[in-house]
Amino acid sequence: MSGRLGSPEIALDAVSVGYGERIVLSGVTTTLPAGKVSVILGGSGCGKSTLLRNIIGLVPIRTGRIVLGGKDMAAMDAAERLAMRRRMGVLFQDGALLGSMRLGENIALPLREHTDLTDSLIEEIVRLKLRLVGLADFMDYFPSELSGGMRKRAGLARAMALDPAVLLCDEPTSGLDPITAAEMDQLVLELKTTFDMTIVVVTHDLESLSAIADHVVVLNQGKMLFEGTLPALAGCGDPFIRQFLDRQPSRESRVLSERWSALVARRREAVAAGRERGRSAC
Amino acid sequence: MAGGGDESGMLVWLVMRLWGCIRDAFLPWKRTKAYQRSRLWTHMAWIGADSLPIVSIISACVGIILALQSATQLEKVGALSYVANLVGFSIVTELGPLLVCLILAGRAGAAFTAEIATMRISEEIDALEVMGIDPVRFLIWPKFAAMCVMAPLLTLWGDAVGITAGGVFSALALGLPGKAYFLQTANFLGMRDVAAGLIKSAGFGITITIVSCWQGLLAREGAADVGRRTTRAVVQSIFLMILLDLFFTALNYIFR
Repeated sequence: MSGRLGSPEIALDAVSVGYGERIVLSGVTTTLPAGKVSVILGGSGCGKSTLLRNIIGLVPIRTGRIVLGGKDMAAMDAAERLAMRRRMGVLFQDGALLGSMRLGENIALPLREHTDLTDSLIEEIVRLKLRLVGLADFMDYFPSELSGGMRKRAGLARAMALDPAVLLCDEPTSGLDPITAAEMDQLVLELKTTFDMTIVVVTHDLESLSAIADHVVVLNQGKMLFEGTLPALAGCGDPFIRQFLDRQPSRESRVLSERWSALVARRREAVAAGRERGRSAC
Repeated sequence: MAGGGDESGMLVWLVMRLWGCIRDAFLPWKRTKAYQRSRLWTHMAWIGADSLPIVSIISACVGIILALQSATQLEKVGALSYVANLVGFSIVTELGPLLVCLILAGRAGAAFTAEIATMRISEEIDALEVMGIDPVRFLIWPKFAAMCVMAPLLTLWGDAVGITAGGVFSALALGLPGKAYFLQTANFLGMRDVAAGLIKSAGFGITITIVSCWQGLLAREGAADVGRRTTRAVVQSIFLMILLDLFFTALNYIFR
């Protein structure tokens, strides 16, 4: 199944991933729908960024299949993989802009590599993409001269350079102030509606989730706990999901916190008692 | 990255990818894009032209040192005129390539490792891959090609500066006639000696680039790892250069 203008769906079939001996995720089966924003949600270290790297093709999966627009990624030859990558745009956590190149050169890089466009046309496209993310005046800046939010937006502009059908974003709002984070969400929504893209966002930002998600996948402790729409997620009774959505600390952390409070109280009492004894001796 | 896995696996992967780049460079239908040519020129200028001052100073000093040392010994046997032979031969066949490539290992090799390691850690190399840009062709091939060309050229320059400095010093301090000094050097040195030195320097240049870029690609654990990998790259490059030097010199001796 595909979106209106050819944006593909991404199907994960019993996918297991890991590093070395360690299995990070196992048995993930879901479909990230075409032309929609799918949010992969989960706590830190649950494997959501690893799953994204699997979808991109940077890390091979252990078992299962990832099918993009009807094509099994593992069965693709080098030319098909290259063609597939040209249809994908990826926004890395910190933008991953090439530090030795100016912003304009960064955005122009995929165009120079994959097209035979003239320099003037490439410059025009670069200006257009930077205008799209509100950075038209920063074309000659180096990434180190930009703020974190600007680097992320620039990373988004680069991901959009070849007008991809699929956009994958790794924690696009992490480390951003609330206003910049809301602007980033707005940008993702605009891209979806304007370009009819399949967008996959990995995040643990609840504000961002409620702003952009059409489809949600929740991961925890190496398993997929939930997949469905935002209203279905809100009605879900799973204890981890409730705890996650209500921003509650874990049971272990509560116990530790209570122990710490008791320890501090006892210490205060001992100090007060010592002072009292000192005063009586005088 | 596809090569992932263990360290030796990554080295084999890197060498295979570089071999692919060399092969493609000679295929007429594999056109190099303008921006890639521009990256090659940038690297050539940085490795070659920017190294000229330090290579010149060190080569001149070594030429004078060799002239002084040779004169001290040869004077005892009344063979001062052979200073030219000793200085010329030592510089062209041994010290020229070795010193120039030691400078390149410290200057360019360390920079290659630090650059690639930083890019690795900050996901820039992953970004290149997902953009469908081969990181070896984009990042390492221009360094490799520039080093293959510039290491022998710098060696040639270093040889010339060292011999000239030795000659000027001999003329001014030892009283040897300048013209005779240079004629003796030209008569004594053969093309084979010059070629042996240049082949050595090309081999050293290739070693430096492969070791430095390989160590850069292996970086994983933050800023400390960048420093560790850079140190390791320089030490391994120097060690391999000395081994390679021994090998080339032995070959030269066997087929003399």
